[in-house]
Amino acid sequence: MDLQRQVENLHARYAPALDADRLEDWPGFFTEDGVYRIATAENEARGLPLPVLFAQGRAMLRDRVASLRHANIYEPQRYRHIVSSCLVESVSATEVRSVSSFLVVRVMQDGQALLFASGRYLDRIALAPEPLYAERVVVCDSRRFDTLLAIPL
Amino acid sequence: MLDRTWPAEGATRVPYWVYQDQDIYAEEQARIFRGPTWSYLCLEAELPDPGSFLTTFVGDMPVVVARDPAGAIHAFENRCAHRGALICMEARGRAERFSCIYHNWTYDHAGNLTSVAFRRGIAGKGGMSAEAKPESQSPKQFKVETIHGLVFGTLSARNSLRDYIGPEVLPRLTRVLKKPLKLLGTYTQVLPNNWKLYMDNVKDTYHASLLHLFFTRFRINRLTQGGGVFVSADGAHHCTYTEMVEDKGDAYEKDGMRSAGSQKFQLQAPEILDQTDEFGDRVSIQILSLFPGFVLHQIRNSLAARQVVPKGVERTELHWTLFGFADDDEAMTRRRLLQANLVGPAGYISMEDGAATGFVQRGVAGSPERASVIEMGGSGVGSGDSRITETAVRGLWQAWRRHMNM
Repeated sequence: MDLQRQVENLHARYAPALDADRLEDWPGFFTEDGVYRIATAENEARGLPLPVLFAQGRAMLRDRVASLRHANIYEPQRYRHIVSSCLVESVSATEVRSVSSFLVVRVMQDGQALLFASGRYLDRIALAPEPLYAERVVVCDSRRFDTLLAIPL
Repeated sequence: MLDRTWPAEGATRVPYWVYQDQDIYAEEQARIFRGPTWSYLCLEAELPDPGSFLTTFVGDMPVVVARDPAGAIHAFENRCAHRGALICMEARGRAERFSCIYHNWTYDHAGNLTSVAFRRGIAGKGGMSAEAKPESQSPKQFKVETIHGLVFGTLSARNSLRDYIGPEVLPRLTRVLKKPLKLLGTYTQVLPNNWKLYMDNVKDTYHASLLHLFFTRFRINRLTQGGGVFVSADGAHHCTYTEMVEDKGDAYEKDGMRSAGSQKFQLQAPEILDQTDEFGDRVSIQILSLFPGFVLHQIRNSLAARQVVPKGVERTELHWTLFGFADDDEAMTRRRLLQANLVGPAGYISMEDGAATGFVQRGVAGSPERASVIEMGGSGVGSGDSRITETAVRGLWQAWRRHMNM
């Protein structure tokens, strides 16, 4: 597979795992010490470091999943991710950077659907032994979050 | 016609129409937000230079907060004297003056109208008469006070901010704000409920370890730990705290509580909970609220101001401003950013608050005439060393009823 297709394949597998509530698969899309960070475009533009969610390493990602499954209380809900085609720039033999846009629709159990988030995925992807996120920064276009953000973006 | 008399039980009941009624909402804007209360505006650190400004809200009213060339901070209504348009559209920035985009009427940093475009017309034609008094409709100006890096404003409070907060709660505020602050970032959580449901959630020390299972499972906060609650003499403000001592008891497990710990559920990366005792008093959590809509939290080493902005009867915006201290080193900043995972819309221990208060708004839809039962800890309002109490919630309603003359 060429580089573009390898990266697209990773993105294409990531979003449906979250949308299908396979949260336990989520840490496996990252390298062992991979970083996942949700930020807002406003804080990023101002050079402010505050994350909405920040995890470094699969252990922290697994903790997030465990907490969602066993501790946090939230109304049943699902996401539908729509992810754009991605722009891939090779930065080294072992790693690439990729940028893509996303929309996430949140659907509640009564059918209420909301355009919950939009933004960009800024990815650093390790290629070997298989393509995995070394860093996935989710930059949300809006500073506003409706009610709560439980399921990762 | 809805009966808006308070239930006979008094302080231990809150009728549900308080969260539902459009007339009550309008009355609150006048009597509380524009009334004799102090509202949080911003951090001083968000206005770093002469000319710095930002826009915010006090209740429904849009407000500009600005630092003048001499360094003084002012706040004024973001409404042009002419036709009522917003004077300032930007969220923040730096400006020498403010010009309404509609007809270019101009204001200084205090909100004084300094010029009216073509006031005398051009070449003797047009313009306003010499007797015209456009200043009579000038934007309202707030009295502004700062306290340890926080900026507050009021339109009609007669007492000072410190007297307003009072001696029970003021020391708990200064305990946290002991050094110059550094802004870490902001975001907004939109809550599907009346603003008062969020405030009584904040003041409800009884719910914390029962709703927020993350707290209890990891023994961050259990009611069996040391702690207490302070309530101001007028009931309006509160502060609750929990000590750092790790709880080894099993009161929750014995009662078979949903939030009881489970052997199989342990953090694989407990680093996010590592706390430095930066205030030297072994307090692990402190939640402080000032009437009507301000919350200051210290959750381990996460520090934040939360501003409650009503957006209609059934909608509230919660503006979070997380900060550290200007002299934080890299390790402390990392600690604060990791612990940001505990709070905000995705916070391990904050995410449920938006959901729970929304459930109340939805739950009471058919029963405006019914009321909350608020009898934990009796019927009084006061400080104490137990958090299995609703004393601070009763305090909120005592203050609200006084302002609303109800």
